[in-house]
Amino acid sequence: MNKETTAMPMSDPIQEAPRQRRSPRVWLSDFQENQAHLFLLAAMLILSLAVIDFGTWLVLTISGIAMGGMLFLMASGMTLTFGLMSVLNLAHGAFISLGAFAGGTVLAFWLDGFAGAPGLMSNLVAIIPALLFAAFVAGIVGLVFEKLVIKPVYGDHLKQILVTVGGSIILMQLIEVIWGPNEIPVTRPESLSGALMLPESLPVIGGIVLEKFRLLAVVLGLAIYAAMLWVIDRTRIGILIRAGVESREMVEIQGYRIHLLFLGVFIAGSALAGLGGVMWGMYKEILTPHMGDEMMISVIVVIILGGLGSIRGCFYGALLVGLINLYIGFVEPRLAAVATVGLMVGVLMWRPQGLIPVIKV
Amino acid sequence: MAEPILTLSGVKADIEQYHILHGVDLVVPRGELTVLLGRNGAGKSTSLRTIMGLTNLTGGSITYQGQDISRWPTPKIARAGIAFVPESMGIFGLLTVRENLVLAAVSGPMDEARLQWIFDLFPPLKKFWDKPAGTLSGGQKQMLAIARAVIEPRDLLLVDEPTKGLAPAIINDLADAFEQLKEQQVSILLVEQNFNFSRRLGQSVAVMNDGAVVHSGTMAELSENEELQQELLGLGLGAHQ
Amino acid sequence: MLNRILSGDYPRSKPLTALLLIIVVSLLLGPFLFDGIRAFTTLGMICVFIMVVAAYDLMLGYTHIVSFAHTMFFGIGAYGVAMATSNIGSTFPAVLIGITGALALSFVLSLLLGLLSLRVKAIFFALVTLAVAFAFLSLVTQLYVITGGEDGMRVRVPRELGPAFRPLDGTLPGIDVPTLLKGLLTQPWNLGQVWQDSLFELRLSGRNVMYYALLAVSAGVFLFLLRLVNSPFGRVLQAIRENEFRAEALGYRTVVYRTAVVILAALVATLAGAAFALINRYVNPENTLNFELMVFILLMCVIGGMGTLYGAIVGSTLFILAQTYLQDLLKWVGQYTDGIPLVENLLGPGHWLLWFGLLFVLSVYFFPAGVVGQLRIWSMRRRSRDQQPPDGPEAEPLPQT
Repeated sequence: MNKETTAMPMSDPIQEAPRQRRSPRVWLSDFQENQAHLFLLAAMLILSLAVIDFGTWLVLTISGIAMGGMLFLMASGMTLTFGLMSVLNLAHGAFISLGAFAGGTVLAFWLDGFAGAPGLMSNLVAIIPALLFAAFVAGIVGLVFEKLVIKPVYGDHLKQILVTVGGSIILMQLIEVIWGPNEIPVTRPESLSGALMLPESLPVIGGIVLEKFRLLAVVLGLAIYAAMLWVIDRTRIGILIRAGVESREMVEIQGYRIHLLFLGVFIAGSALAGLGGVMWGMYKEILTPHMGDEMMISVIVVIILGGLGSIRGCFYGALLVGLINLYIGFVEPRLAAVATVGLMVGVLMWRPQGLIPVIKV
Repeated sequence: MAEPILTLSGVKADIEQYHILHGVDLVVPRGELTVLLGRNGAGKSTSLRTIMGLTNLTGGSITYQGQDISRWPTPKIARAGIAFVPESMGIFGLLTVRENLVLAAVSGPMDEARLQWIFDLFPPLKKFWDKPAGTLSGGQKQMLAIARAVIEPRDLLLVDEPTKGLAPAIINDLADAFEQLKEQQVSILLVEQNFNFSRRLGQSVAVMNDGAVVHSGTMAELSENEELQQELLGLGLGAHQ
Repeated sequence: MLNRILSGDYPRSKPLTALLLIIVVSLLLGPFLFDGIRAFTTLGMICVFIMVVAAYDLMLGYTHIVSFAHTMFFGIGAYGVAMATSNIGSTFPAVLIGITGALALSFVLSLLLGLLSLRVKAIFFALVTLAVAFAFLSLVTQLYVITGGEDGMRVRVPRELGPAFRPLDGTLPGIDVPTLLKGLLTQPWNLGQVWQDSLFELRLSGRNVMYYALLAVSAGVFLFLLRLVNSPFGRVLQAIRENEFRAEALGYRTVVYRTAVVILAALVATLAGAAFALINRYVNPENTLNFELMVFILLMCVIGGMGTLYGAIVGSTLFILAQTYLQDLLKWVGQYTDGIPLVENLLGPGHWLLWFGLLFVLSVYFFPAGVVGQLRIWSMRRRSRDQQPPDGPEAEPLPQT
């Protein structure tokens, strides 16, 4: 249970494997009990591999991890906000949409010349500002939103649910006012569309085709996860956040202004949601004001699976949801959403506080 | 008596709808250890929490080093040099011992010499340096709580019942630590039920009953005056020897 | 008599009583007071949503259970009737089978949800219901073979409830209130003409039969819920709302009560869904299962006043009127703001929801008790002011010694 905070990023969970020899069955039940997230992940990978042939499985797995990466971006802010201040922000989806539209504007209107041009460098001239602008807009709106909407209802869950639902309506309507009610097509930058084919000469994985954009999502998701773990585990801010999740009052007694910390986390969380939104927008190649709301379900499943307030749990939750979506989607596309929610209900029955709980809800 | 570092005059405070403090007058002399005595529910802990700005102050004023801090937010009070060790100790159990201390050193990296001094005072902290603080024993947690309060030089320590539930050997270690702090001229306000512990350390003393201070003076005076002890005994001094 | 009907729970505020009377009379005489199919649908929707919102208030207002799965049950009812009539035929037994099947399914699902709340606490429960409702929505959308997917289904209403059926020969007189009011405002000198203009002849049809049946069911459900919350059962619910631990400590199995409330609310929502299908004659995921609809129910409940039940009447009426007519108002305002770049957009008829959202957030901050709660608070203040001696220095009560 202490995993969340004690383990350093490099320390592999395997480290905690039994020192003395034990029978495999004991080891397995121990693994299942103490490393529920890894157990579930392993179980899912193995089971799906048993059903799907290897080449397809690999493509699906990488796509699933890519989706998990984007989901992690979108969900991490919401889980931290809850962990730190037990604020449940149901308007989080609106920030995803907001980021998507802000970033999409850069790609489709302001720097479309660079985005459409062939060549990685000129594409990056469009992509990097798009990502930054999305995060910036979502962050700024997050600042205003926290001050106006959330701050007056600290500590009252019912009112939080109500005002953030209301706030979400307002934000989404404002998106429609600014960008219009119609869908906006966003073409992926030239160098991110298309796919890579692994050289035929490679054994086993030769000839497998991987979409470039998904690889970017994998890389970006992993990079942000690593960065966040570093911040959470190694920096003073990270220590403060973890301390704040345990006891707000003691953090204040030490001389830190918890509200400022929370505001910072809220802004960062909104910015990350925006970042996730623009990635999602590029992935779907179309922007709609409700795209964030549509993602909210997956986001909610992710944070419940992981355990509200846990970054590590959020990461594994995102991977699990991404993977199950792709695997089930491959076998029977119509059941993807049901399977996702089924996974959540199942895990809740098994572990009511999620896979890696940090707080006592 | 030395000049006061902290003065409470007519302090009233509520917790939810209950009036807990009914006008507390208390003077903490600079550079001395003041013991706050009184039975359970007399308002000792609430007094400390009120000084830290953690309760709803409804009347009176709190003056610290010449400034009125009655309406200050808690973090500002802490940064003005007041450290508070609550009765629950408030250790961050999921953080390591090191991380607990890193947080407590508000103004920057920890001072090596001071850390060494803390290790000498409380050797277990060095031993469990990178272990989660939640895994420490009760006495070790109390050591950590006090170490946290003194990891940086502070002007005033507020300590709530540090000996509660601890073994005699550990109580002795704590007493040594307080002796050393006294030598460093740190002002301390200590809430205690353990009269022997208080008598050994205290220079001045205040006794609370029913949300107000009913006696204050020097510890020497109270130690020698059996009659006064008898009178205040009913307020719970003797109950815990 | 009235005391028994209202279970002793009166509106307790004169303006509120007046407001409720206006709504009830308008609903009772609806087909005779409002001409046109749009007004007719609006009246029907109000009846449907009074049930939905009252059931939701039982959970949210009286027990502080936040559930986002209310539309799921609404949808089950709607699709139950739609599927039964399209498979069996447009007969009353088909409708009945549809409703029964839907109620059974809702019962099982809500029982499972209620039991889930054993394992997870309040805020988790809200999130879990949201996810479950979404899974259901996606299932209905995907299984287009049976549900028609995004396209939805037409509901084949029995002939006796349709426009072709004539229960009476001849017509009845009606007077269109909106036309009358408009006439009175714009040309008050021409009373006779205005009166003539607003008269219309109503040919009773199966639709009216349907409407009055719906109104009766809606009133029955509402009065039943009103009785329920004023019964010992209702008191326990409020005790759970105030302090679950204390209620548990007093010996009430709070889990049983919470589960019962979830199930009851689900069943009422299912019934309302069935009524919706019959009156709207078309169901699709968007009008029965969407998250937006869930938010609307939440808005109606909160704006009307949580934990008052009368709030359901006021809230759903206000909201549905706003939904139907606020766009017209904005369109009208829009004539004057044309050409002003951002304002033109902000006041566009499509953005009525923006204003409603803003109103909602402000009302949560400043009038958390909703319309009904606030009216009651004002009346209570006035009453207690009246009971005191008039203010003034000479009327100061003598100091007690």
